[in-house]
Amino acid sequence: MQEDVVLQAEHVSKTVDSPEGPLTILADVSLTVRAGETLAIVGPSGAGKSTLLALLAGLDSPSTGRVVIAGESLGDLDEDGRASLRGRHVGFVFQSFHLIPALTALENVMLPLELRGDADARAAAGHALAQVGLEARRGHYPRQLSGGEQQRVAIARAFVTQPKLLFADEPTGNLDTATGQRITELLFALNRDRGSTLVLVTHDRALAARCHRVLELEAGQRVELEP
Amino acid sequence: MTALRFALRNLGRDLKSGELGVLLLALVIAVGSLTAVGFFVSRIAEAVADQAHEVLAADLRLESPAPIAETLLDSARARGLAVARLDTFPTAIWNGDQSQLAALIAAGPGYPLRGRLRIADRPFGLARPTDRLPARGEVWLDARILATLGVAPGATLRIGGASFRITAVLDYRPDQGTGFVNLAPSALIALADLPATGLVQPGSRVTHVALFAGTAGAIAGYREFLREHKAPSERLRDVEDSSRQLTSAIERATRFLNLASLAAVLIAAVAVAMAARRYAARHVDGVALMKCMGASQAFVLATAATELLILALAGLFVGAALGWAAQNGLAWLLRGLIHSALPPPSATPLLLAAATVAVMLLGFALPPLLQLRRTPPLRVLRKTAEPPRLGYGLAYGAALLALLAIVFVLGRDPELVLAVLGGVLGVGVALALAGALLLAAVARLRGGVGVAWRYGLANVARRGAASVVQVVAFGLGLLMLLLLAVVRADLLADWRRSLPANAPNYFVVNIRPEDREALAGLLAAHGVAPSPAYPMIRARLTAVNGQPAEPLAARSDSARAYVEREQNLTWSANLADDNRLVAGRWWTPADAGRPLVSVSTEYQQALGLALGDELSFDVAGEPLTAKIASFRKIRWDSFRPNFFLVFPPRLLDGAAGTYLTSLYLPQDQRPVLAELVHRFPSVTVIDVDAILAQIREIVDRASLAVQYVFLFTLAAGVVVLLAAVQATRDERRYESAMLRTLGASRRTVLLGVAAEFVTLGGLAGALAAVGATAIGWALARRLFAVPYDLDPWVWVWGIAAGTLLVGAAGTLATRRVVEAPPLVSLRDD
Repeated sequence: MQEDVVLQAEHVSKTVDSPEGPLTILADVSLTVRAGETLAIVGPSGAGKSTLLALLAGLDSPSTGRVVIAGESLGDLDEDGRASLRGRHVGFVFQSFHLIPALTALENVMLPLELRGDADARAAAGHALAQVGLEARRGHYPRQLSGGEQQRVAIARAFVTQPKLLFADEPTGNLDTATGQRITELLFALNRDRGSTLVLVTHDRALAARCHRVLELEAGQRVELEP
Repeated sequence: MTALRFALRNLGRDLKSGELGVLLLALVIAVGSLTAVGFFVSRIAEAVADQAHEVLAADLRLESPAPIAETLLDSARARGLAVARLDTFPTAIWNGDQSQLAALIAAGPGYPLRGRLRIADRPFGLARPTDRLPARGEVWLDARILATLGVAPGATLRIGGASFRITAVLDYRPDQGTGFVNLAPSALIALADLPATGLVQPGSRVTHVALFAGTAGAIAGYREFLREHKAPSERLRDVEDSSRQLTSAIERATRFLNLASLAAVLIAAVAVAMAARRYAARHVDGVALMKCMGASQAFVLATAATELLILALAGLFVGAALGWAAQNGLAWLLRGLIHSALPPPSATPLLLAAATVAVMLLGFALPPLLQLRRTPPLRVLRKTAEPPRLGYGLAYGAALLALLAIVFVLGRDPELVLAVLGGVLGVGVALALAGALLLAAVARLRGGVGVAWRYGLANVARRGAASVVQVVAFGLGLLMLLLLAVVRADLLADWRRSLPANAPNYFVVNIRPEDREALAGLLAAHGVAPSPAYPMIRARLTAVNGQPAEPLAARSDSARAYVEREQNLTWSANLADDNRLVAGRWWTPADAGRPLVSVSTEYQQALGLALGDELSFDVAGEPLTAKIASFRKIRWDSFRPNFFLVFPPRLLDGAAGTYLTSLYLPQDQRPVLAELVHRFPSVTVIDVDAILAQIREIVDRASLAVQYVFLFTLAAGVVVLLAAVQATRDERRYESAMLRTLGASRRTVLLGVAAEFVTLGGLAGALAAVGATAIGWALARRLFAVPYDLDPWVWVWGIAAGTLLVGAAGTLATRRVVEAPPLVSLRDD
């Protein structure tokens, strides 16, 4: 049972200094996510959703508690160690896509493979683009693509390294309803096909409802975990 | 390997987006400026090195104020050495009543023993080596003499009491000097013709020279022999010490031109810093994303550093090409002052340029990149997550160290370097303060101008710090050019005007005591009143307070000249009008005949003398020791005869000597001179106007060369402007899109941009004019002691150049940004 745990958070808190003194933005959150699971983190603005995501992905360090990804405790790693861990096991999809404007769609998808030093980055990236239906736009730059197309490129980029764990931060937040719908389908379909684990932050209840489990935060406190 | 591939890919993109292009341009300007000077100087150094073995025209050279004893020469011949003789001294060469001062060389058979003479058939014609010497009655002349006197080969000229036919143009002689100009161009005649000129009289300034050449062993043995047997006033020169002197002269020139290129390097460094900061700022998001996807800090740094390295190499290569092209310009500007043919440049300046580029990048570009490496990956989720701020120690310490390193590498002379650095920083700070004040004043104007100007002025004021940097970067370059081009000419003109109209314009030297009265009579008959005639005796300083004087030569170049060369002494009962006593007392009639001496302040400072010190001289073989009774400050621009060393009357009675006087002769009375030299052939007439004209030409050429180097400074200013435009690209795009969305026409937006840069340029020009005027005023008071008239042209040129250059460059650089369609710009943000 224990070996298929990909992500574990134990009593994770985050406190920052503010002009009014220390401010707790996340208090004592624990959770366990198993391989192939999908987890939605929901809550109103300022509830600490993105903070939790950042801590789970090792983009930020918790004030107390620990996070373990694929059996490795993030607290034991330095910044480069965490980066390397992300390179091996983690993919990201962001609200504002975060494509590099100077790179073509194909080059953007190649980027994480190249960072790992993969030899056949181009072929793998072409394949990933084909899976999101953008093979014809491989030579286009982000500014030549619509928002939905940009997010599809970002999804291709996230899956191209075959990550164990995929983090998505409001993946449909910048898209209209219909496009958001199509992106959601794509995200879940790929996640299912690849057998990866999806952790997504959203305030969209409908999107959250498609996940196996929902973690609800309010003012930095975990209020509910369903089911 | 991955980092290299990444760097190469990024490089192409980054060049397209601009800031690395600016960085590259800054490196190219810095390298171009350094190598232009470096290549040019290396050519001169090579030319000198090529000639070093023949610079004496012999292996050993003995120079003497008195004829050299035949026994010394016989001894050399007995050792199997080749021997040649020559006599040389400055004299005037006459064509009718036109004269030109020349170094007359009367050479005996065998000259030169090392190296070959080169002659041509016409001035600046193709020169060919020759082993001949001028035949009796012939003279070979430097092309400049032919030009001044307006004669061609075949013509006949007078030297002293004899006539000579010009049979060749003298292009090169091995012992002509450093390759740089000598004030007096050469004239070569046969030694056997010298007596006929009547120029050599007791006390005349003839240097008698004996040349020796032979095997190294024979030369070494004879050198030892000469050291023991030569007279104290005779000077022995060998190849080593001559080439050492040449090298040090070249090093001085190098340092001077290097310092001129320093300004361009420093301003380019500012552009490098600005471009690197912009580069780092623009890459923060990309780096955060890459770290999010697994890139390590080392990878981020390696990618950026590799890009920088590639840029450095490209900058070095392109800059060196620019420098190579530009050094031809320097050689052309200084063509009249360099006498030897220049070999191609050497590659060593590239090392200096490479070192400078490395220091510029390490000091000014690396700190922002080190900071970039520490971008938190959290930034992908939260825009406010910034890399930790650079410690001031790293940011400014690195730049300051880099600055000092560059300056010391280029200057090599700590005192000079500190002076220049202090000057540049002082002027920079003054410009920055004045710029900030002007900016504040300009910002207040914007209420009363149209919308385009208001927008432009608002931008100037809002980007306060960046505006000041641009104004200073341009102001510095413009200031130097104004100073060299306009103020220098003004100062010379003011100085010329400050001279009395009847200031002497001729010196008459070598007047024999027995001719003195007849000569005065001749002048009086033509209504010419000369200044008092001074006796002139040649002597050599041998000791100070009983200690040999020779070690004092090491103090400075002028000390060396005072110790090693013969000095002219005189005596006088009265202190001349243009002399001012600064210490001690002038003699009374009772002091006549007492061993006292009055010393000029130049001589005092060079040798570090004090009142009461005892100076010992060798006066034509007779020892003379005198105590320093006073120090005098001399106004040399009175153009009257003046002497470093003046003795009381009667002390030097009996010492053989000649007399010296100066006189003012209007142009229409010049024929008097022809009559004078005809009747008194031993007399040498020196035309002050001609010498001043010659000095002015040299100064003009040299200052043109320095101005040329300062053009690089101006180019560096343009790069700083481009860097500043780069840094504001995004906000400019956004603003112009906003303005156009609100209904402004493209023309209005562009006019606003033009107004901004025209204002910046105008301010830079005005500041440069203020600076140049202030420095000109200070120079006029301190150096020339003349009142300085404000020249409106300084302002016209300064403001016009600044406005045009900055206005055009800035508007062109920003044009593309503001012309983007508003929708594209707004959507991108």
